[in-house]
Amino acid sequence: MDYVLLAEQFFNGFQLGILLFLVAAGLTLIFGIMDLVNLAHGTLYMFGAFFAATFVQLTDSLVFGMILTLPTMLVTGIILELGVLRTLYERDHLDQVLATFGLIIFFNELFLIVWGAGGTGINLPSYLIGTSELPGGISVPDYRIVIIISGLLVALLLYLLVSKTRIGMLIRAGASNREMVSALGINIKLLFTLVFGLGAVLAGFAGMIITPITQAESGMGEGMLILAFVVIVIGGIGSIKGAFIAAILTGLIDTMGRSFIDVALMSFMDSVAAETAGPAISSMLVYILMAVVLAIKPSGLFPPKGA
Amino acid sequence: MPVIAPAIGQEFYTDVFARIMIVTIAAISLNFIMGYGGMISFGHAIFVGIGGYSVGILASHGIESAYIQWPIGILMSGLFALIIGAISLRTRGVYFIMITLAFAQMMYFLSVSVEKYGSDDGLTIDSRSDFGLSFFDLNDSMTMYYLAFVLMISCLYINFRIVNSRFGRVLRAGKSNNERMTTIGYPTFRYKLVAFVIAGMMCGLSGLLTANFEDFVSPDMLFWTFSGELIFMVVLGGMGTVMGPLGGAMIFLFLSEILSNITDAWHLIFGPFLILVVLFARGGVDGFLKKYEGPK
Repeated sequence: MDYVLLAEQFFNGFQLGILLFLVAAGLTLIFGIMDLVNLAHGTLYMFGAFFAATFVQLTDSLVFGMILTLPTMLVTGIILELGVLRTLYERDHLDQVLATFGLIIFFNELFLIVWGAGGTGINLPSYLIGTSELPGGISVPDYRIVIIISGLLVALLLYLLVSKTRIGMLIRAGASNREMVSALGINIKLLFTLVFGLGAVLAGFAGMIITPITQAESGMGEGMLILAFVVIVIGGIGSIKGAFIAAILTGLIDTMGRSFIDVALMSFMDSVAAETAGPAISSMLVYILMAVVLAIKPSGLFPPKGA
Repeated sequence: MPVIAPAIGQEFYTDVFARIMIVTIAAISLNFIMGYGGMISFGHAIFVGIGGYSVGILASHGIESAYIQWPIGILMSGLFALIIGAISLRTRGVYFIMITLAFAQMMYFLSVSVEKYGSDDGLTIDSRSDFGLSFFDLNDSMTMYYLAFVLMISCLYINFRIVNSRFGRVLRAGKSNNERMTTIGYPTFRYKLVAFVIAGMMCGLSGLLTANFEDFVSPDMLFWTFSGELIFMVVLGGMGTVMGPLGGAMIFLFLSEILSNITDAWHLIFGPFLILVVLFARGGVDGFLKKYEGPK
């Protein structure tokens, strides 16, 4: 097997894993703390992509555009929380699923009308277009390195925020016992709004950072959302550590599976059959992984304590 | 309804009602597990897809006999329901929602990736299921219509009988308090799994009809939004009521028909409508009417 190709695909898989983590982390926080199933989390990812594309086109600068996107995401998240989602906390999961499904339908159509079926995009500035040579003859596009490093940085910041700060302490306390936190005099409504805003920023960051490579398109969030569900089911709902490990695992398995499964199949079946079965199996791999994890540990790899 | 539509004599209406009844069968099946068993499946379109592709794939190999296609379609739906149910039902609540959604996505990607059966473009069905009877030809829209009608009534009746049987009472009791049922010695997992398989087969039937009605199957049939729409229909009609799915499917399909005639961007109205129904008309049309009728 080609070792250089393997390494390149490893980078791609790792990059997908990091994006998945950013989406899944918000999703799992929101579920762990507010007990809210937010299908519209993928919509926030889409918001990030479109905001970034718009701002970059307006300011003509990648850096400024992206810096503007993050506070906008925070505001968007807070508006959505105050407007619709706040009333859903008391409802059962079915209501939450349906109402957030309504949000998806609405925003996908809205974005389709405004930007058309082709969507919009970001052109990378010249200083990010090149590729870098890593030892061993592996070439990686510079921008992919930017994605991976900035994604890891955000993940690190999130870890520090949750484990070292007072807000983080409240978030962890809220995840393990909501009633107790509010009984102790913490403004739980404000905390909820902040957590939702944080989730929106994380998902928006993921959507923003990938847009120069893919495109900002209506409906781009749902594929991500469903993969993020797979991630948090594997990792254990409510666990950020679980989300991180499961996201990297899912990203790697999905990407590597797509590139190598037909090669692997060809070693023991004829090439026509392998070429037919390859795409089918590789598109199912992460779901098979999920089924296996569930069959062994129904509450995921890292079930949060005290839930 | 069966009498009215043909009486108006326009094929357009026969087709509209036939479509409603076919979708209703899928909604009945979802209501059966969701309304009575508490299993919120966000992947119910899987079984519509399996039923549909059973017709499509067999027909593409020249097997057009309904006596082969239909049993295979229903058995395959049941088999997949058994596998998916056995894994998903190990979990509860929100996990169950996410896992069924993930399985639906998996089956969707499977249907997209198999080029032999049309992948993205879908599979055109040249000839509808052949029952080998001269007076019963599915190419005739009235025959199709009455078949859908009879099957829908049968499904309503089966659903009614099951939920009022001993099995149905255990299922409903498991929904309201699973721990208690387990404690007094009922293997609720097995009851739920059987219910899930029954629902899968019933939904597969809807898929068989859809394939014959549209002469076409495509991955869109199993797309997750259709599962979401099915949930909405069940909630709209009133979850856990016998006639609810029919009402919900009718309102949903009429509404989407009307809205899409007004504007292409009908989702822009439909999305907020869905949110408003959830926020203010919980319990569906059925519950809404009851509130204003007062206690009987």
